[in-house]
Amino acid sequence: MNINMLKQLNSSLESNEMITFIAKKWLTLLLIIVLSNLTGCAQLNIKPWVKPYERQHLADEIMSANRHPIANMHITHVYGARESARGAEGTGGGGCGCN
Amino acid sequence: MPENPHVAQKEQEVAAVAVTKPKNSKISCYFFSALILLLALSCLKVSTAAVLDPDRADVLYHNYEGGGMKIDGPAILLRKKATESVALSAYYYVDMISSASVDVMSTASPYSEKRNEAQLGIEYLRDKTLMSINVRQSDESDYLSKSVSVNIAQDTFGDLTNLSLGLTFGDDQISRNGDENFAENSKHYQLRAGLNQILSANLSANLSIEAIADQGYLNNPYRTVRYIDASLPSGVGYQAEVYPNTRNSFASKLSMTYFLPYRAAVYFNYRYFTDSWDINADDVELGYRHPLAKMLTLEFKLRYYQQSQANFYNDLFPYQDAQNFLARDKELSDFNDITVGVGITYTLPAKYSFADWRSEATLQWDYIDFTYNNFRDPTAEGGIGNEPFYGFSANVVRMFFSLYF
Repeated sequence: MNINMLKQLNSSLESNEMITFIAKKWLTLLLIIVLSNLTGCAQLNIKPWVKPYERQHLADEIMSANRHPIANMHITHVYGARESARGAEGTGGGGCGCN
Repeated sequence: MPENPHVAQKEQEVAAVAVTKPKNSKISCYFFSALILLLALSCLKVSTAAVLDPDRADVLYHNYEGGGMKIDGPAILLRKKATESVALSAYYYVDMISSASVDVMSTASPYSEKRNEAQLGIEYLRDKTLMSINVRQSDESDYLSKSVSVNIAQDTFGDLTNLSLGLTFGDDQISRNGDENFAENSKHYQLRAGLNQILSANLSANLSIEAIADQGYLNNPYRTVRYIDASLPSGVGYQAEVYPNTRNSFASKLSMTYFLPYRAAVYFNYRYFTDSWDINADDVELGYRHPLAKMLTLEFKLRYYQQSQANFYNDLFPYQDAQNFLARDKELSDFNDITVGVGITYTLPAKYSFADWRSEATLQWDYIDFTYNNFRDPTAEGGIGNEPFYGFSANVVRMFFSLYF
């Protein structure tokens, strides 16, 4: 077995790992959703504790994290290009698109 | 030690694969735990009505200056409801880049380039479910990135809870200016979930998780690593970076916003990140929004970020081809940064607004200070491997005008 064949094998292994990684996430998610419905956790009988007429403070624009979406997209891009951490920013994803 | 170099390389490659597996298991474990927490919280059911966000147009100018780089340009975001249940959005963004960063100055020449990004999106609201599709393209002279995102969000539990799921697939074409034979490709898969929960009449929380898997060419084709080479007059040689062709990462973020009794808001964000390259990162942010009279809103924020380095990163390798994977990208090194930001939003009086539409003008300024703990400045004095650690600060300014119609 030469080096190129080994590299192909390595690449193939890594590729399969990645596909398995994504597939496992989706299957886990589906399983949890199905189980949570089957077990009827809604039967906990917990009711919404903040009534609609009590939400005027929450509806105030100063409480909104996304009052300026165009600014948030820029901030996410600035950090994404200079830091290794990515994901869970809340701006929909898409990556840096740069090198 | 095997005498045959091929056997030695095989052992190294097999070892490299073996090293990544436990890390992926660790990431899977984080993802699984976070999902259980998210779904357990979502067991509290009852629904609420949902409405689409209002129509708006934003025009922005951004400017980044720091570390020998200047990046500026315009951006436009348009959002319009076609019906009560369908909304369209369009986004266009430009980066005009002029770079003389420390990487560039040590091994290359300053350069300029332009990056264009465009996005189109459509949202469909059905009862309490919001579905959206977004397509995005970013292009530079040597990088073309395309992606498509699908998101779904559901209001539930008497409007106290919003659950969301999203998936993104991206495909990047990488080329190298001046080398027509260079053509590489990478693919990116992102899976995310979110839970937004109203906790009290004054407090809301958001939990987001996201897994990202990358496959393909993940290097920067221009960047090099340096190694000790006594045979050269300078004592240091350079060779191209070599990255693994897969990277799996996982991020989780908790955000909380609290309404203060005198009409102001304080917010807190914490994010944890880990990946299969052994990079672990945290960032924490604290912010405060304060309205002044009816026309002004002030915002202050403080953010701290830190990360560990990739397991194949080194500032100075002991010799050429010292290991299978090689990196000296400072973004993969051990570093931290701190951001101090201020912003002011001015709501224009009705007499100055267009067609009685509400409009705002906003100015935001962020100061970011980067401190590197294992990336030395090769342009500084001190001798190879003994130069001072690098650091720089950047000023980021955004000016934008928002029109609600």
